[in-house]
Amino acid sequence: MSDLAIYDPLATLVGWRHRRARISVYVILSLVAIYAILPLAIIVLNSFRGLDDISRRGLIAIPLSFSLDHWNVVWNKFCVSGGCNGIAPFFYNSLEMTIPATIISTAIGAVNGYILSMWRFRGSETLFAIITVGVFMPGQMVLLPWAITLGTLGLSNTIGGLVLIHCVQGTSFTTLFCRNYYVGIPDDLIKAARIDGAGFWRIFRRIVLPLSPPILIVTVIWQFTGIWNEFLFAIVFSSGSGQPITAALIGLATAGTSVHEYNVESAAVLIGALPPLLIYFFGGRYFLRGLTQGAIK
Amino acid sequence: MASLSVRRLTKRFGPVEVLKSVDLEVRTGEFAVLIGPSGCGKSTLLAMIAGLETVTSGEIRIGERVVNGVPPKDRDIAMVFQSYALYPTMSVRENITFGMESRKVPKARHDAAVKRVSELLHIEALLDRKPAQLSGGQRQRVAMGRALVRDPALFLFDEPLSNLDAKLRVEMRTEMKKLHQRVGKTTVYVTHDQVEAMTLASRIAVLHHGAVQQFAEPRVIYDRPSNMFVAGFMGSPSMNFLPAELASANGKPVVALPASNGSGATLLPLSLKGSQSIGSPGRKVILGVRPENLTEYDPQRIDARQETGVVEASVEVVEPTGADTMVVARLGEREVIAGFASDAVVKVGERVQLGINMAKICLFDPESERLI
Repeated sequence: MSDLAIYDPLATLVGWRHRRARISVYVILSLVAIYAILPLAIIVLNSFRGLDDISRRGLIAIPLSFSLDHWNVVWNKFCVSGGCNGIAPFFYNSLEMTIPATIISTAIGAVNGYILSMWRFRGSETLFAIITVGVFMPGQMVLLPWAITLGTLGLSNTIGGLVLIHCVQGTSFTTLFCRNYYVGIPDDLIKAARIDGAGFWRIFRRIVLPLSPPILIVTVIWQFTGIWNEFLFAIVFSSGSGQPITAALIGLATAGTSVHEYNVESAAVLIGALPPLLIYFFGGRYFLRGLTQGAIK
Repeated sequence: MASLSVRRLTKRFGPVEVLKSVDLEVRTGEFAVLIGPSGCGKSTLLAMIAGLETVTSGEIRIGERVVNGVPPKDRDIAMVFQSYALYPTMSVRENITFGMESRKVPKARHDAAVKRVSELLHIEALLDRKPAQLSGGQRQRVAMGRALVRDPALFLFDEPLSNLDAKLRVEMRTEMKKLHQRVGKTTVYVTHDQVEAMTLASRIAVLHHGAVQQFAEPRVIYDRPSNMFVAGFMGSPSMNFLPAELASANGKPVVALPASNGSGATLLPLSLKGSQSIGSPGRKVILGVRPENLTEYDPQRIDARQETGVVEASVEVVEPTGADTMVVARLGEREVIAGFASDAVVKVGERVQLGINMAKICLFDPESERLI
């Protein structure tokens, strides 16, 4: 072992040189952090500023006015996508789409994962490989097939249609997550339960599901944020008052000739981003824990 | 109560034949131990009896019933796993009642059943704990409780003590034996620990390369192993094997142990029982002697009635174990292990006379490795 192998540039410096190195590290990190947070900060601040303040002093400025009115306007009255009921209906559209799609796709993933890890059969590994191909499939590729499918089923332009799309598209991910987690559950548990007389569903309900919260939290967070933020399917397969919020927000940017109300638009964007942010804020630590936690001892 | 009968049982995983036509008849109430080195197929055999592995060919009967296609839950068995396989999210009580719950036994009978096994195993105080809050020995008891509560026709144990530390293992072994004496159920017990096998079994089946080498009482397995594998596998330290030749001296059969320098041979008197026929002089044999039958030769100590063969060897290593002292000595070309009394005074390099208790030796055929 040479000394070079354990060379640590900060540790080898002495006195003021050490302090200077440390300070420069913090300065650089702080600048990067500010740079990353700045767009969000500007949007948040603008959502509370008056329009004249914004138009006089520009988008990037310290606020001189404060008002919550724009939040009220954007929620209840703002005109977007041909109606003037604010973005509340679209927000509810998104909830109506995201909540069932998240629950259903997570449930399917859990059952798939359970079968593919504990009830292996001839070809189950191949089947798993085929299912996971969906993870790498770009959404643009399946637009046309979905258009035909939704048309045939009479689900075009409905929230139900979007729920169906997200359930199917999401199954690849949820299956991958759950299967890889369940592989860590010892086989002996399942064998013991079989000898104890438990069947397929009882083993799932009484043994596998109670062990699942870490991975189910991961899956729910992943699916909820993914489906809520999804834009392509939303804009292609919905219109008018049936749009999820991501699609409706586009109406803000294309509002036509009228003056841009940056404060109202800022509030709208923030409302649109709020649910995934909250989910991540409260569930984030479970997310990291669930992804890194492997076998159950 | 039922007996277990395994006939011409074969298991193949692709091209690999794990079990080769295994036959095993376990009598009612018997404690049968399956033992063998890892990969011998003993755990596979147990899993097939449990119904957790499919049968390639052959037949498994529990009682009078062929169970080849019967799912595990309908075989009337209970199993204890090496990992205990306690359900981690359930309390001890729920672990014990899960089988009854699955079998839709009325709730009213659960409590009485839990009471019965928890008293039997002294786990009353643990009933509301989760497996993670239990020590290794406690988990082991709970796993036993889960099996006992079923009151099955057949108990299956898959190395249940091997995750315990040495002291606890010995304690649980004794308890296991007590329990079996009290409950008296037919039991099949897989282990790789020969002390466990010797102490617990009413009969031991030694498996090797997917075949039963011998299935007999522990005493017979130990004293009259059917081949050199069984002889070498059972017993610790292992049996000594010495190439030798049959001969005759003064009209009596003897074993001639060739000397290392090729000049002459040591003649050892054979003590044959009755009409035992071992072949004619000149036949090559392997002489098998357990360390405890190869000891310091002391004419005054040895029972006059006992036929004793005397050989000379040089001491290479002395290993006191407390109860006795193991001496590794060079006998001709071979290294042998001899069991000396713990107070014996031996020095490395010293030449010693070793006495072989000829009543306890085994002779094997060098070709077939079978007992003669």
